[in-house]
Amino acid sequence: MARSGNVTRRGFITSVMAFAGSIMGIVVGLPIIGYLVSPAIGGRKTDSWIPVGKLDTYPVGVPTVFSFTRSKINGWEKTTNSYSVYVLRGANDEVKVLSNVCTHLGCRVSYSKDTDTYACPCHDARFDRNGVVLSGPPPRPLDQYESKNDNGTLSIRVLES
Amino acid sequence: MINNRVFPWLDERLGLTTIYKTVLDRMVPKVNWWFTLGSATLFLFVMQAVTGIMLSVYYVPSPDKAYDSIEYIMTGVAFGWLIRGIHHWGATLMVITVFIHMLRVFFYAAYKYPREITWTTGVFLFLLTLGMGFTGYLLPWNQKAYWATTVGTSIAGSVPVIGDFILRDLRGGSDLSGVTLARFFSAHIWMLPAAIIALIGVHLYLVIRLGISSIPKENE
Ligand code: HEM
Ligand code: FES
Repeated sequence: MARSGNVTRRGFITSVMAFAGSIMGIVVGLPIIGYLVSPAIGGRKTDSWIPVGKLDTYPVGVPTVFSFTRSKINGWEKTTNSYSVYVLRGANDEVKVLSNVCTHLGCRVSYSKDTDTYACPCHDARFDRNGVVLSGPPPRPLDQYESKNDNGTLSIRVLES
Repeated sequence: MINNRVFPWLDERLGLTTIYKTVLDRMVPKVNWWFTLGSATLFLFVMQAVTGIMLSVYYVPSPDKAYDSIEYIMTGVAFGWLIRGIHHWGATLMVITVFIHMLRVFFYAAYKYPREITWTTGVFLFLLTLGMGFTGYLLPWNQKAYWATTVGTSIAGSVPVIGDFILRDLRGGSDLSGVTLARFFSAHIWMLPAAIIALIGVHLYLVIRLGISSIPKENE
C-alpha cells in the first residue's frame, strides 16, 4: 500500500471496469462496423477491352452511340449495368470515345444532332461534341475511353471498380 | 362508478396524475402559433411510423419486386392509395415542419443557455429527418428514385479523400444494386427511426425539464 497510497479501492475498481468496458465495447463494436461497411471495401477491379464494332460502320464527324451491358456481382445479386458510349470518328479515322456518364453527379447525357451538343437532364448541363463543358455544373469534360483499332475493329478499355 | 374505483387504484400505482401534470399541465409562457410546430412534427412522425408500418405489410425491398409491390398497394389493396399518399405527403410536410420549427427556435434565440442540448439534439433530428427522406425516396425503385439516389450518393462521394469510401458504403458497392435497396430499406425502417425515437426522447425530456422559453422582449 505504501507505493500506491493514492489509489483507492473504489478508484481501482472504476479503472478496471472502464478498461474492461472499453475492451468489450471494441469486441462488440468492431464486428458491427465491419459488417456494415463490408461491401464498401475490397471488391475486384476489372480492366478489360470491349469491342464496339467495326470502325467503318461509324459515320464520320457525328457522335454515334454504342450500347452494351456488363454484369457484375453486387452482394448476392447479379447487377446488369448498361453502358452507352459515344464514338466520334474523325476524317482520318482517328476516334474519340466518350462516356455518357455526366461528370457532375452521374446522370446520363445524350447527344442531339440538332444542337450538336450533349445534354444532361439532371441539372441541365451541356457539353460540346468533344465533351468540353459548355454550361452547367460539371467540373470536368466528359470522360474519354482509351480505344484501339485492330484491323478495323474498334475496342475500348473499360475499367470497373 | 368504475372510474371512481379503478382510476384511483391505477393512479396510486402508476402515478398517472403526476405524469399528466408534468407532461401536459406544465407552466408555459404566453406564446404563439409558431410554438406548435414541434408538436406538429411529433404528430407527423407518429403518423409516418403508423403508415410506414402499414406499407411494410405489402412492400418488398428487392429490385425485381419493389416497383410491383407498390403498384399493388396503389391499385390492388383497399385504401392502399390512402396509406401511401399519407406517407408520401407526410414525409414532405414533416421536413417542412421540422425546418420551420428550427427557424422559429433560431429567430427567438431559444437555443441559448440552458437549452443548448435541446438545440443540438434538434439539429440531429433535422438531419435524421432528411435522412429518412433520402432513404425513403429510393424505395419505389422507379426511374426517378434510381437517378435521385445516383445523384445523392454521388454528392456524398464528392467529399475529399474519404468520398469514395462513403459512396461505396452508401451503395453497398460501386453501383446501385439490390444491395443498395436493402440497406436503404434497413436504414429507413430501423436505424434512422430508432435514432430519431431516442433523440425525440432526450429532446422532449429537456423541453419538459427546462420549460419553454418565452418570446424575447425588445430590449433583450
Ligand atoms: C423530429 C423532429 C423534432 C420534434 C418531434 C421536435 C419536438 C419539439 C417539441 C414538441 C417542442 C416544444 C416546443 C415547440 O413545439 O416549439 C420542441 C422544442 C424545441 N426544439 Fe424541437 N423538435 C424536433 C426538431 C428540432 C430541431 C430540428 C431543432 C433545431 C435544431 C429543435 C430545437 C428545439 C429547441 C431548442 C426547443 C426548445 C424551445 C424553447 O424552449 O422555446 N427541435 N421540439
Ligand atoms: S448530373 Fe449531369 S448536370 Fe448534374
